[in-house]
Amino acid sequence: MRMRTVEIGVGAFMLAGILALVVLVLNVSGLNLSEQTGGYKVYARFDNIGGLTPRAKVAMSGVQIGQVTAIRIDRDMLMAEVEMEIFNDVDYLTTDSSASILTAGLLGEQYIGLVPGAEDEILGSGDYIRDTQSALVLEELIGKFLFNKVSE
Amino acid sequence: MLELLQRLGHKTLSRLAAIGRAGQVLVQSLVAAPQPLVMLPLVLKQIYFVGVLSLVIIVVSGGFIGMVLGLQGYTILVDYGSEQAVGQMVALSLVRELAPVVAALLFAGRAGSALTAEIGLMKATEQLASLEMIGVDPLRRIVAPRLWAGFICMPILAIIFAVVGIWGGSLVAVDWLGIYEGSFWANMQQSVDFYDDVLNGIIKAVCFGVVVTWIAVFEGYDCIPTSEGISQATTRTVVYSSLAVLGLDFILTALMFGEL
Repeated sequence: MRMRTVEIGVGAFMLAGILALVVLVLNVSGLNLSEQTGGYKVYARFDNIGGLTPRAKVAMSGVQIGQVTAIRIDRDMLMAEVEMEIFNDVDYLTTDSSASILTAGLLGEQYIGLVPGAEDEILGSGDYIRDTQSALVLEELIGKFLFNKVSE
Repeated sequence: MLELLQRLGHKTLSRLAAIGRAGQVLVQSLVAAPQPLVMLPLVLKQIYFVGVLSLVIIVVSGGFIGMVLGLQGYTILVDYGSEQAVGQMVALSLVRELAPVVAALLFAGRAGSALTAEIGLMKATEQLASLEMIGVDPLRRIVAPRLWAGFICMPILAIIFAVVGIWGGSLVAVDWLGIYEGSFWANMQQSVDFYDDVLNGIIKAVCFGVVVTWIAVFEGYDCIPTSEGISQATTRTVVYSSLAVLGLDFILTALMFGEL
């Protein structure tokens, strides 16, 4: 009988450990074990991505509709190329949608904001978003401001 | 002067010998022919004593540490208008550092001292010697199951500590201070990486588990078999394993996150 409580206790302990690990993996680190979570890939080129990182959210009107999956340099255009995965149920992004890198709050995370355009055609898998706006880099802004001041 | 040098030399040599004996104990008890049928019930029983009974202190202190982190993080970050980042701060500091380290310190105090006292008392009452008399190797029968139990329990306790701590942090930040739940979790998920943060934290916890249990078991096995000797050994367990955990933590952190 004594041994039985020990066994049950150890079993519950191990189970709690595994459950905690699962919570940590899924809820805290947001790791996607299944890469195909249902979404299509859309690309966009930016002059400067600022502090954008993979797994940043892609939002429309502030609502998340996808996430950034990869960031690399496009060797031909010499620009940053951002690969994003848009959820499958999002079928209203037109081909003339525009993408801009925005910041949530003053010091918050950076994310991509999409604004749909007026075309009838819908963005499909592998398409590029042409109309992009780079991240706001504070140093450049200050530089421009100073330059204007000097030239005045 | 000469006497001082002599004492210093004696101390150094006896420390060296102790380290050697510790290595011997570890190797002899682990590198034995595996006997799963004999070992498994023993290990289970030790996991119960070392792990399951430590759960209460781990859960309670994890919750409170998470809540304090949430509160402190909020009061600092709110000045910069970025209080949503509190989730990121709580999760990263818990997963990377606090969960393995604090859980190991608590583990040393709760379980390590008990292991030392138990084995030390067995030695003082000559139970270990009588085991040897009837042909049972005390290293394999007494020491090995406790070592394995400690190795297994420590990472599990650290993971539970981290999860409870993050829950405590979200309780304070989201439910009491009113940070928007979505950005709390989104910020956290965006910044915590499974391999860099979670896995490295678990590796740390495994290392600490090995070190703490090793020190605890060895100090018990090697103590002077008197009541005074046991009390000294128990003190040494807590002091040495706390120091070892903190020192090792720096080395591991430098290896994992530093540009060395």
